[in-house]
Amino acid sequence: MKICVCLKQVPKKDSILRIAQDQKWIDERDISYEMSEADAYALEEALRQKEAHGGEVIVISMGPERTRQSIKEALAKGADRAIHLDDPIFEQATDAAGIGRAIAAALKDEGCDLIMTGLQSDDHGFGQVGLIIAERLGMSSATIVMEVQIETGSVRVKRELESGWFQWVRVPTPAVLTIQSGINQLRYATLKGIMSAKKKELREVKAADLNLTADDLKPLQSIERAYVPEKSKQTEFIEGKPAEIAARLVEKLRFDARVF
Amino acid sequence: MDYTLTEEQEQLVNLVEEFVAGEVNPYIEKHGHEDFPWPLFRKLGLLGLAAIPFPTEYGGGGLDYSTYAVVLEEFSRLGTRLGSVLAVHGLPQLIINQFGTPEQQKKYLPPLSRADLLGAFALTEPHAGSDAQAISTRAELHDDRYILRGQKIWITHGGEADVYIVMAVTDKSKGARGISSFIVEKNMQGLSFGRRERPMGLAHHTREVFFEDCEVPRENLIGQEGDGFRVAMTALDSGRITVAATSIGLAQCAFDHALKYSVERKAFGQSIGDFQGIQFMLADMIAAIEAARCVTRKAAYLRDRGMPFNVIASIAKLLATDAAMKVTTDAVQIYGGYGTSEDYPVQALFREAKIGQIVEGTNQIQRMIIARELLKKLRS
Ligand SMILES: Cc1cc2nc3c(=O)[nH]c(=O)nc-3n(C[C@H](O)[C@H](O)[C@H](O)COP(=O)(O)OP(=O)(O)OC[C@H]3O[C@@H](n4cnc5c(N)ncnc54)[C@H](O)[C@@H]3O)c2cc1C
Repeated sequence: MKICVCLKQVPKKDSILRIAQDQKWIDERDISYEMSEADAYALEEALRQKEAHGGEVIVISMGPERTRQSIKEALAKGADRAIHLDDPIFEQATDAAGIGRAIAAALKDEGCDLIMTGLQSDDHGFGQVGLIIAERLGMSSATIVMEVQIETGSVRVKRELESGWFQWVRVPTPAVLTIQSGINQLRYATLKGIMSAKKKELREVKAADLNLTADDLKPLQSIERAYVPEKSKQTEFIEGKPAEIAARLVEKLRFDARVF
Repeated sequence: MDYTLTEEQEQLVNLVEEFVAGEVNPYIEKHGHEDFPWPLFRKLGLLGLAAIPFPTEYGGGGLDYSTYAVVLEEFSRLGTRLGSVLAVHGLPQLIINQFGTPEQQKKYLPPLSRADLLGAFALTEPHAGSDAQAISTRAELHDDRYILRGQKIWITHGGEADVYIVMAVTDKSKGARGISSFIVEKNMQGLSFGRRERPMGLAHHTREVFFEDCEVPRENLIGQEGDGFRVAMTALDSGRITVAATSIGLAQCAFDHALKYSVERKAFGQSIGDFQGIQFMLADMIAAIEAARCVTRKAAYLRDRGMPFNVIASIAKLLATDAAMKVTTDAVQIYGGYGTSEDYPVQALFREAKIGQIVEGTNQIQRMIIARELLKKLRS
């Protein structure tokens, strides 16, 4: 079983985010990064499947130099080798189409049985990259995966639907699965793992290696404006007896503000 | 000397961060600080963090002191005491690694590395702290065993630890050269523990330790008779780097809280951080932290290269623990009344900082060591 995990490095959850000067994205200075959460679960799932069925786990990530840190973390946790798409040309690929195209090109000759991605990334949250890779490589796919059972020639997965419903589907392999956070319990790297990661293969791939040019990766989609949700100063006073006020407030919080 | 973290140091810092967020904080929230955090300690073993700077041959991490210091600092920066637990646990490991026989190493180091066993270091006595040569616990050889009689106090991990390095007098006429050190196991006959002492700060697990005709096999003597004082002082030289590292983490933790609070707290219509009086405090706090961190890194750097480091380690311990005291005092000040409340984090850090100025040689003793070494050079 050869499993490839796509992982993306995103700003750390507790980062203080500022909008960049051009208002197109965040200001990336002074930010620390981490593996996108759902991708961490995808990696964990891949490692568990490998432990159960044998085989190899490869991680692939596209991003600048700093991305190595997350790649190394994946190697420290147990991935066998890594591919790093590191080239200024790849920075062109800011939408799911470009990212999916580059990753598919890099994985074309790997012959993976499974490709796992996070359901969506913590920053852009397109939720598309996995599907585009599947489409480009002619693989079947399943999204929002909550459980994975490997069979011969196929994989049975539990998909999460709306309102607490689930669905079991069987997809032929090779397949791309987009993994939902919380599917398993994440492991920690260990000191030994960190040391042994130093000796594992980390292959750097340039756009030219994949016969891709900046034109090929030109985004089909662009961000118009990034902004912090605008606050309004509308205040509504709820009148009545305390019990009525409380009931009305709970209703508002639940259905209007949707805080629970 | 490089001031940036190496790739593996960065990864270890990330590991500590994940572990603290994922396991340590939830555990402490649920169980508090009362009992020794055994499950967390065992996990440290599984993660490979219970013997970072010791040889891989016996299950250690095989990394340098610089990396060890970075990890300990991180545990403290995140407001946990696990860095200090590791530092104390490291003393017996260091001693057995450096002075133990191959048999002692084979027997004790692997389980200490795995955190199957917890270690402790027992030097201080009710009437001998700074003046460690004045200890009066006796060890007499009878056939194939030493009989220990006496009492230790303030022993971190006392009553919890499985393995104690104990300093005791084998020849009273020889002063410091009449002191020997022993590996004493928790279940050896004649060993018992007092009630928990309750030093201030984050939860410490210290107890008095009693030796009432405690029988220790002869093969548990470390080195030769008379080596004990040197063994203890050698361990403390390195230990001071670890106390410095945890104190810097503690100070950074208090600083991070104070900085954040100074933006959140409003007075006279603005954030208190807008007042120059607070800004100067914050600037002095971080300056003290950065300076102490540089010296501590230097001490670890010299140690890693096999160069003399005892004076710089004392300087690091002195600067780092004084910095922690100053920074935590100012952090409480920046929090105002809330700073004194147990509902806010800084008061515990403030009380913890005081401990640093006292353990592993008080800061007066550090100054003594620094001056003595300097003068020794001039006179010889
Ligand atoms: C939380 C905690 C944990 C501890 N853990 C351990 C442990 O695990 N193992 C262990 O062996 N010990 C441990 N200790 C003991 C600690 O090492 C001693 O408390 C310390 O060495 C000081 O000794 P003392 O308390 O006897 O003070 P004293 O030596 O009595 O000192 C009292 C004061 O006199 C000053 N003083 C002493 N001599 C001089 C001098 N020559 N010049 C100037 N000033 C001087 C000291 O600096 C101090 O201010 C621990 C203590 C605490 C509080």
